[in-house]
Amino acid sequence: MTKQIKDTSRRGALKTLAGGVAGAATMPLWARYAQAQTSEPIKIGFQVHRTGIGAAYGRWYGRTTEAAAKLINDNGGINGRMVEIVAEDDGTDPKRGAEVVEKFANQHGCDVGFGTLFSHVVIGSAPRAGELKLPYFVVSEGHHVASGMLNRYTLQPGITDVKSQVQAMAPYVASNLGKKVTMIFPDFAFGHDHRDFFTAAIEAQGGEVLEHIAIPPTETSFTKYFPKIPRETEVLYHVMVGPAVLTFVKELGEFFGPSRPEMFGFIDSLEAVDIASPGLEYLEGTYFWEGNPRHAQADQSDHDKAFRAAVGVNDRGASISDPADVSTYAHMFGCWETLHVIKAGMEASGYQGPGDRAALIEAVEGMTDMPESLAHPQGAKVFNGKTHQVFGHQYISKVEGGTLKRVHTTSIEDTLYPDETDYTTQSF
Amino acid sequence: MSDQAKIIALHGGLILLLFALQFVLPAYHHGNLARIMVLASYAIGYNILFGYTGLLSLGHALFFAAGMYGMALSIHHLEWAPAPALLAGLVAGILVSGTLALLALRTTGVAFMIVTLMFAQAGYLTVLYFGEYTRGDEGFVIQQAQRMLWGVDLSDPVNRYFAAWGLLTVCFLAALWLVRHPFGRTLIAIRENEERVRMLGYNTFAHKLTAMMISGTIAAAAGAFYGLLFGYAGASFATVQYSIFPLLWVLLGGAGTVLGPFIGTLFMFYLIDLSSGITTAYMLIAGVALVALTLFAPQGLVGELRRRFWGWLP
Repeated sequence: MTKQIKDTSRRGALKTLAGGVAGAATMPLWARYAQAQTSEPIKIGFQVHRTGIGAAYGRWYGRTTEAAAKLINDNGGINGRMVEIVAEDDGTDPKRGAEVVEKFANQHGCDVGFGTLFSHVVIGSAPRAGELKLPYFVVSEGHHVASGMLNRYTLQPGITDVKSQVQAMAPYVASNLGKKVTMIFPDFAFGHDHRDFFTAAIEAQGGEVLEHIAIPPTETSFTKYFPKIPRETEVLYHVMVGPAVLTFVKELGEFFGPSRPEMFGFIDSLEAVDIASPGLEYLEGTYFWEGNPRHAQADQSDHDKAFRAAVGVNDRGASISDPADVSTYAHMFGCWETLHVIKAGMEASGYQGPGDRAALIEAVEGMTDMPESLAHPQGAKVFNGKTHQVFGHQYISKVEGGTLKRVHTTSIEDTLYPDETDYTTQSF
Repeated sequence: MSDQAKIIALHGGLILLLFALQFVLPAYHHGNLARIMVLASYAIGYNILFGYTGLLSLGHALFFAAGMYGMALSIHHLEWAPAPALLAGLVAGILVSGTLALLALRTTGVAFMIVTLMFAQAGYLTVLYFGEYTRGDEGFVIQQAQRMLWGVDLSDPVNRYFAAWGLLTVCFLAALWLVRHPFGRTLIAIRENEERVRMLGYNTFAHKLTAMMISGTIAAAAGAFYGLLFGYAGASFATVQYSIFPLLWVLLGGAGTVLGPFIGTLFMFYLIDLSSGITTAYMLIAGVALVALTLFAPQGLVGELRRRFWGWLP
């Protein structure tokens, strides 16, 4: 009898165990949905350039993202749920980037993906985001979203794109610095965007580009390119990215001496680099595009003040704890603003879980005006739901005594161009 | 069981196992394995030249990229369907590997490494130089609608898995057949002692040329499939690190073994995937693993298996 009971119980235990295992295997699926409305955090996959060429940007994108998430959580989260940032390093590589997107969707169970900067990583990852139906909010300033190359699941609501930035510079350059421009740019896609968009924009202002000087990406010395700059050049437009920028500026100084043309550049070259670094003195009196003024201006808004304090950045745009650690101030606000757009979109659509992803995208597509606020400390913006791209003010600063002083703010209208796509016609 | 039967059972078993895994793997690992199978095909191609012929190339990214761009550019600019586009990728691989072989095989040893490395770098810069067509470093998307192969949507996870499995199966069986064929045996003999093979009357140049073209063409096939299955072609796949990866995979798995490239790719993929969750210095972990393996299992994982237990492994 005892033996029989023992036998039965063993068999029964095995059966129960097998049933339990089978049940447990299905559990996460329904358990997630059952709990979604109450306690589970909203998981935001943060695709971050922790290593590779984008590491300096990634570090500051990370700090900004953490600060924005903390602010959102301190104010009650999204739809009553806390926000959890799930960060994964993509190595600034498109192959790894696509793998990271798969990790977000299939392993971590993230609600959305977010935060990618470098264009090649965005373009390599976006097809997978579309296939996995994971809303993918990029902070890249590339023209890839608005050009129609990507898909309905990819949006850029927190930072303007290079086409609008570049074309908005032309009116100021033509009327204040000169109409005969020579452009120096790196010979890859980012440089080509500048070449194409600015050339067209300055011609529309009655100016012209005298010479396009493309620098191969492996170049370490630039002196041999400078004799190609025509004598009648009034403005030298430069956009050099990477560690060679210090050499570039030094050699430019040696070539021109005191009688240089006006110079206009994109701060991208000097993100995370102190403008008062030895070797950059030659930039004194030159002009820069800034996505967001790095040095606190005399008329600094309360929102900018609060943004700096939250991220931990001083008035020089460097880390409060280490003044030698200069931020990527012209870009990183994009993470802050994008997270707030995600919050607004989730609240507008009553987002509860992955089943509401399409509704979230439709809610963001429905957005238009984004007034300047703590959620948008860089300035007011206008979102175009058809092209999934946001448009906003751009800033031009002049280096005076080693400080970037804002001399011009473009209107949002200056940055607009005709739609090149309509993502809303694509099905989900 | 004869050695022949063991070889068939082991290799056929792996192919069947990979087929069956399609139906049971969770989504994340299912996607990973599709990637690994395409990359392992690349490593199989690399292994034919490095593991069996003894020629260490540092320029295979050129062939991988030739296949990828041969396929992607003909879809993007000529609006070809995927099947002829894949063929274009293969033809690009044959042409590029044949041309490079004619030039690089005039050298041996370190000079061969340097020549292949330099040509691959020139290939990378060519992609950037023709940025108007290739979109340079940024690359371009191959849209879902352009990825319909005979009515089959390759962006669907199941179809993608089977396409990757099909590629791996073909490459795997081709490599297995090749290394057991007299031609493959001659390649191994060249690896061991080229002078002696030449003295025996073999045209070693022709053998090495053919080996390099087969190796390059398999690499190109992997590149073409990778672009088509994952919807993206970009210059980063032509950079030097994509020449180093297959070398690492093959070294880890076991150079000169048919199974090694797959095992090495699988091992390295998950090593990076898991260690990147722990630290940002995940490449350091990969490096330490490689050093440890070189010290304690210099013939790689499968090579070590062959040395210790399974002497019959091809």
